[in-house]
Amino acid sequence: MRNILAIIERELRAYFTSPIAYVVLTIFVFLSGLFFRSILAQVLQMGLMSQLQAQQLGPRAMDMPGMITRGFLSTMSVILLFVMPMLTMGLFSEEKKRGTIELLLTAPLTDLQVVLGKFFAGVTFFIILLLTTWIPTGMLYLYSTPASGPILTAYLGLLLYGLALTAIGLFISTLTENQIIAAVLSFGTIMVLWLVDVLANNAESSTSKAVLTYLSILSHLDDFMKGVLSTSHIIFYMSLMLVALFLTYRSIDSLRWRG
Amino acid sequence: MITVENLTKRYATKTAIESVSFQVEKGEILGFLGPNGAGKTTTMRIVVGFMPASDGTVRVDGFDVFENPLDVRRRIGYLPENPPLYPEMTVAGYLRFVAKIKGVPKEKIGAEVKRVMERVSITDVQERIIAKLSKGYKQRVGLAQALIGDPPVMILDEPTIGLDPKQIHEVRELIKGLAGNHTVVLSTHILPEVEQTCNRVVIIDRGKIVAIDTPQNLRFQLQGAERVFMEIQGPVPEITSKLKAMPGVIDVHTVGSNDGRHRFQIEGELKKDIRSDLARTVVQSGWGLYELQSASMSLEDIFLKLTTAEERE
Ligand SMILES: Nc1ncnc2c1ncn2[C@@H]1O[C@H](COP(=O)(O)OP(=O)(O)OP(=O)(O)O)[C@@H](O)[C@H]1O
Ligand SMILES: [Mg+2]
Repeated sequence: MRNILAIIERELRAYFTSPIAYVVLTIFVFLSGLFFRSILAQVLQMGLMSQLQAQQLGPRAMDMPGMITRGFLSTMSVILLFVMPMLTMGLFSEEKKRGTIELLLTAPLTDLQVVLGKFFAGVTFFIILLLTTWIPTGMLYLYSTPASGPILTAYLGLLLYGLALTAIGLFISTLTENQIIAAVLSFGTIMVLWLVDVLANNAESSTSKAVLTYLSILSHLDDFMKGVLSTSHIIFYMSLMLVALFLTYRSIDSLRWRG
Repeated sequence: MITVENLTKRYATKTAIESVSFQVEKGEILGFLGPNGAGKTTTMRIVVGFMPASDGTVRVDGFDVFENPLDVRRRIGYLPENPPLYPEMTVAGYLRFVAKIKGVPKEKIGAEVKRVMERVSITDVQERIIAKLSKGYKQRVGLAQALIGDPPVMILDEPTIGLDPKQIHEVRELIKGLAGNHTVVLSTHILPEVEQTCNRVVIIDRGKIVAIDTPQNLRFQLQGAERVFMEIQGPVPEITSKLKAMPGVIDVHTVGSNDGRHRFQIEGELKKDIRSDLARTVVQSGWGLYELQSASMSLEDIFLKLTTAEERE
């Protein structure tokens, strides 16, 4: 356990001594501010419209804070698709390039400890990113009373989704010594996992349609955003993460064989 | 302390080492001498448990490197060919990290880092960023990393490469200072290096062991003693006793085996060519003779390669 913590700590220090952490954080916070503002404006406009309609058709209930958080956090999930490869690209590829992988793999550590240390380092940084979205979300609590249930499930969904993305990026960074290649490959993989449901629209049979829709990495977030907790979505993200971690572990093993 | 038996490593495209066998006694400094591409790094990487062998076994302090990798790694300090450094870290920060992953108890980390830094004289650069250090300092930080935790076995892959003559001298003195309490294996392609630091030398070329001896005896060899290598299929004890009984033969022992074929190292009296006698004896006894090689010749070739390599430094 101490070994794993040592790896996490070193990796986090490395994030914050390189420009990557600051670039990623800045981009992320800037984009989240931008999108929050535009979503806020949109929802306010809709609110105005429905007020006008209410004069003619009678009042209707409208959950404005809920609409705002839902819109905002869904947008964040798309931005994360682009940002996560930047966080995970160097996790193993840099170790390979610098030869420090030889230090980790000859220290009295199991391969599993090495993989978990790297994984949780990426996850920790992801959680830091996720926490920055509390600034706009928290502001809603100052000016309104949003229903907390859907916000909590939305964050749980985003966390699971982040775990899966981190594991995928981690696996891909074991495949190359070049972190740019790792980032591009991770991005491509995530894109495919995102867009499979577009293919689903053209699918012939209903089963292949169902399978393709199921594989889509973003579609499983919808229920979380609506405040619905369903085990099938939790299982989807958890299995994606476990498969990627297992592949990472195997990839380290084969790296040992190849030298 | 270290027993290597019939180690073979086949990469996808080539066989890097083939039935390499040797032993290192406790407290000894063993030199691993060979030209570029001989298989030194490959052998060391297997011994430290970085990569698995295709065949053969390695035991360190009684533990099999494949079956008990962590027990073996806890006992080894390893300096890879390229020092495994994180350029963005400070020297002291890096060494603290190494101490943590090697499981040095928390309260002892500070003292241990201080100890190794003093040992390799890098205390004055402890707060510097590793990326900004000179090559010699980087090499010493790599050495300090291997010393963390004071492991009983040190495996050093070309520890003096990239250093200036003064630093080379310092590192060799340091390694000599480790002897006794530590078992050291170091690789080099520089002949004087093993003569100055090692108790015994393993000479390896193109993946095969060519000779195992003291540096003095190797010098002697070069001056004309006869050594013959033979690969024979048959019962080892009988072959050994029969060859030993031949006139002109001083000593016989095996240096490895492969598929039932055994590699024998035969010491002959000076200036006596016993090769044809040996061949006749083996064949007449009904054993299979696969290879017969006069070692003093090939040793010379290898030394020639080694010397030219040093001149290029
Ligand atoms: N990962 C690898 N994949 C394929 N072949 C390899 C690999 N590593 C080494 N080799 C080959 O195996 C042989 C032995 O290499 P090794 O690095 O063990 O030699 P060495 O004695 O350490 O040489 P040097 O003095 O140059 O460091 C070489 O021919 C090398 O090209
Ligand atoms: Mg080498």
